[in-house]
Parts: sequence; structure tokens; C-alpha cells
Amino acid sequence: MAELLVQTGLNALYAAAYMSLIAVGLVLIFGVMGIINFAHGELFMLGAYVVVALYADFQVPYVLVAALGLVFVGCVGVAMEWAMFRRLRDNPLGGLVASIGFLMILQALVSMGFGVRMAHVPPVTQEVIIFSERVRLPVQRLIVILAAIGFLTALWAFLTKTRFGWALRASAQDQEAAALQGISINQTAGIAMFIGASLAGIAGALTAPLISVNPHMGHSVIVAAFIVIIVGGVGSLEGAVLAAVIYAFVHTFVTTFADGVIADVVGLLLMLVVLIIKPTGLFGTADRA
Amino acid sequence: MPRGLAWLLLALVLVALPHGLSFSQQEILVFLTINVLLVASYRLLTLTGEWSLGHVVIMGVGAYASALLSKRLGIYVPVAMLLGAGVAALVAYILSFPLFRMKGFYFLIGSFAAGEVIRLLWKRFRDPFGGPKGLKRIEGMPDLDLGVYALDFFEPITYYYFAAAVVAFCLWIMWRIERSPVGLTFHAIHWQDKLAEASGVNVRAYRTRAFVLASGFAGFSGALLAHYIGTINPNSFDVEQMVFVLTWAIVGGTATFYGPILGCIVLTVLNEIVLREMGFEQMRPLVYGLIMILSVLFLPKGLESVVQRVLSARKTG
Repeated sequence: MAELLVQTGLNALYAAAYMSLIAVGLVLIFGVMGIINFAHGELFMLGAYVVVALYADFQVPYVLVAALGLVFVGCVGVAMEWAMFRRLRDNPLGGLVASIGFLMILQALVSMGFGVRMAHVPPVTQEVIIFSERVRLPVQRLIVILAAIGFLTALWAFLTKTRFGWALRASAQDQEAAALQGISINQTAGIAMFIGASLAGIAGALTAPLISVNPHMGHSVIVAAFIVIIVGGVGSLEGAVLAAVIYAFVHTFVTTFADGVIADVVGLLLMLVVLIIKPTGLFGTADRA
Repeated sequence: MPRGLAWLLLALVLVALPHGLSFSQQEILVFLTINVLLVASYRLLTLTGEWSLGHVVIMGVGAYASALLSKRLGIYVPVAMLLGAGVAALVAYILSFPLFRMKGFYFLIGSFAAGEVIRLLWKRFRDPFGGPKGLKRIEGMPDLDLGVYALDFFEPITYYYFAAAVVAFCLWIMWRIERSPVGLTFHAIHWQDKLAEASGVNVRAYRTRAFVLASGFAGFSGALLAHYIGTINPNSFDVEQMVFVLTWAIVGGTATFYGPILGCIVLTVLNEIVLREMGFEQMRPLVYGLIMILSVLFLPKGLESVVQRVLSARKTG
């Protein structure tokens, strides 16, 4: 029993790692631009398909592919900002609809390019760390966990130690005041979009060998990500990470000890309960809604 | 042109419409009619300024309730439809307690979560909801013998006439609600909720009222759908359908009564008929997505703003 608990804990840690990468990006985009990026799950999907295209089909080294995935999806994010979100900054519902439209385009393009069926990604490493007979941690999962910690630390350092990071946080707090201080809103929005999208992309690239890759894989991810950012409090990066850990643990444990559908229901109820008790989420403030 | 004549002309067009269409287009016409009711009820909900992502699930509640009532208890189908609408309104009333603690973005996501919980319960409990496969062989509308002419509601044309009449009646009720003091209060809450509250309006109670009324109509549209297609499952009411409703409303514009309906008709015709006929089968979502983006970029006030511009140009010119 103890072994099962430890194993489930490890699984939860892995889920928390990639969920927090996705949720933090979503929060960053919402914080700076006030737009709910419904296409965020599709950016995750795009990251996974970079691996399918380059690593599975052309055997480019995996590390290089992951880096390319990060940059490529980040650039897609910048393109989204430039083409759509920049023009819809004072129209949040319009931004929502535009991101839904973009989601459909990405899904259709990937379906046409790679087919709608599951894409096969060969394992990057077969190695497994064996703690005991029933507690194992595949190295690929360990990579995801370590990478998430690394990227989130780097993001934290960027936001608190660099001028660009300050500018980003300033315009997330108050866009007009930031603009009056000489901060370029377009530039910070572009940076936020690049970071947010590339985090989703790298999450997709890192998990691609572990999950089933198909054009519709973004859907389940976006639902979970919404739960996470709501529980954490919209606009709070720390809240998003904490909520990702809570959600991943609850979801993984309920999946293991009951079943997947019940776990989804419990996850959603968790969010409703948080909203009923504190309608702005754990770390949220009232005026950011 | 006098108003009465315009309405008469519209009625004639609607009566003649299905006869020029192929069988599959007639079926699309039936769905379109039902969706018009759905999207109009969605606008009623948004009148108080809150946007829900659970509306299609509420439609599903009406569909499931009506289907189960007629299947299990043998209740006469039209009565079951009305009861289904009642159940949807009741569920909405219960949901309103947790949901209306939230506002704005939180309400949007909260309503989505509440809807998703309901949908997952349909999926999980095989008895009575039928699990992932849903309900099959739902009773159709019973044949109606008018003496001279027997109406067979399995025919899309007949069902279209039935649905169109019922939907037109519902639209008229919604129109009357919007024009009543209650409806004007909805508008007041939308534009100035703090001022309305300060003037002694119970904002929460009015939001609940709009939510429950809209849900009742949505549930009725679900019942209309269930007894026509005869089979429903949890995926018929998933977030993808909700996204369609949302885009109809936003592309059409929600400032006027006809905006969302216009959006629904234009986008459905584009998606189902024009793109299909042009042979874009695989690229349909791509083109549809592109249309969505272009319409919010270049028509931020919706299709209704075009209509308004044309009408006002006629008036002045």
C-alpha cells in the first residue's frame, strides 16, 4: 500500500510539472493582455507535433528538437499577438472568439499535415529508475519534472531580476500607468505571448513520447488548465503553480483509487468549492476578474 | 413597407423554404430552427451581462429529462417537452446559488465547470442516463390526425413546421419579456449594475431570473432536438457545441434581439451549405475558424451593426 502511494505520488508530481508549465503560460497571457487564450491547449499540441515531425520522422537529436519546439511555438504565439490579440485588447470576448477560431485552424492544419490518428513517437530513453519492485520512475518523466522546475525558476528570475520582467509585471498590474512610464505595451505583450506559448510548446515537446499525440489532445489539457488557473486565482503565477500541484495530486490519486471520470468530476467540484468559498481563487484579488 | 406586410412576407418565405431544399438540407433546416431558439435564449441570459459556458449542457438537461420522462414514464411527448424545459429551469435555479457568487471571467469558467460536472454524470451513470452511448430510440412526436391530413413528424418538413411554429412562439415570449419592466431591469443591470443596486434593484435576484428563464427555453430547445433525432449522448452537448453557440452570438452581435439569430443563420448556412457544396470537407474547420477571426477583427460590433447601418441609411436617404 505504501509503495502504491509513493508511486502515485511520483505520477502526480509528473502531472503537476507539465500542468504548471501550461497554466503559468495561460496566466501570463491573461495577466498582460486580459485575453483568455482558448488555443493554449493547441499550442501544447503543436509542441508535441514538432517532436513528431522532426524527431520521429527525421531523427533529429531530441534536445535540439525540444529547443526548436520551444522557439517555434513561441513564435506562433508572437504571431497570434501581432495578428489578433493586439487589435482586440479592449474586447475580451472578441479575443476569446479569435483564439477559438485560431484553435480550429491549428487543429485543421495539423490534421491535414499528419492525419487525425494518433502519431507514434519512439521513446527517447528506455531507462527507468527503480526504487523498489513497485516504485519506478521512467527517466523521461524525471526529465519533465526537472525541466519544469528549471523553466519556472528561470521565469521567476526573469520576472523579478530583469528590466523586461519588471516591465511585464508593471503592465500586468496597470497597463495605462505602465504605458505612462514609457513601457511599450506592444513589446511587453509580445514577450508575454512568446513566453506563455513557448512554455506550452516545451510542455508538449517533453511529454510527446509519454502520451498519445493527436490533433485533439489540446482539449483535455485546456480544461485542466482552466481549473488550475481558477483555483490559483486568475493573474497569480504562484497561485497557478500551487494549484497545478494540488490539482495534479487530487486528480492522480482519485484516478488511481476510483476512476478517471470520477477524477474529472472531483477536479471540477474542487474548483467550484474554491470559487464558492473564495470567488477570486486562492491567490486572486477582486479587481482582476 | 408596412410592418404587417413584412411579417406576412417573412412567414410565407419560411413556409415555402423547405420545399426547395434537398432532404439533408431539410434536416439542417430543422436543426437550424432549434438552434435559433437556443441562441436567442442565450442572449436572454447575457442580457444581465454574464456570459455562461454551460448553456448547451442546460439544453441537454432538457433533452435528457424530456426523453427519460417519455421513455420511462410514458408521458405524452409534448407534455414531456414542457416538463423537460421545467427541469432545465429547476437545475439552473439550483446552480444559480453557487454560480452567482461569481462574476465575469470566473462566472464564465464556473458555469463551464458546473456544466461539465453534469455532463460527466451522464457519462458515468449508465442507469438512467445510458452512459457514454446515451439514450437511444427516444419517442418521436406522435402522429397527429387532423381528419383531412395526418401529420407524420418523422418527416423533416412536418417537424420543421411544428418546430418553427413553437420556436416563433417562444421568440415572441422572449421579446415580450425583454420589453417588460423585468427585461428593462436586465438591461439596467448590464450597463450599470452598481447604480441599479443603489436604486433598490436586487441584482442577484434579477440575474437568477434571467438565468432560469433562459435555461427553460434552452431546455425546451433540447427537448425539441431529442424527440427529433431520437438519440442523444453526453457528447451531443459538449463544449464544442457551446463554442458554436458563443460564436453565433458574438459574430451576430448581442445588442439587438435579432443579432444572435442572424449570426446563427449566417454561420450555419456558410458552414453547412456553402462550404459543403464547395467541397471543402476537410478544410471546413479551417475556413470556419478564419471567418470567426476575420469577423471579430473587422466587424467587432457583429453582423447586426451592418443591418443597422443599412436601415439607418435607408431612413435618412
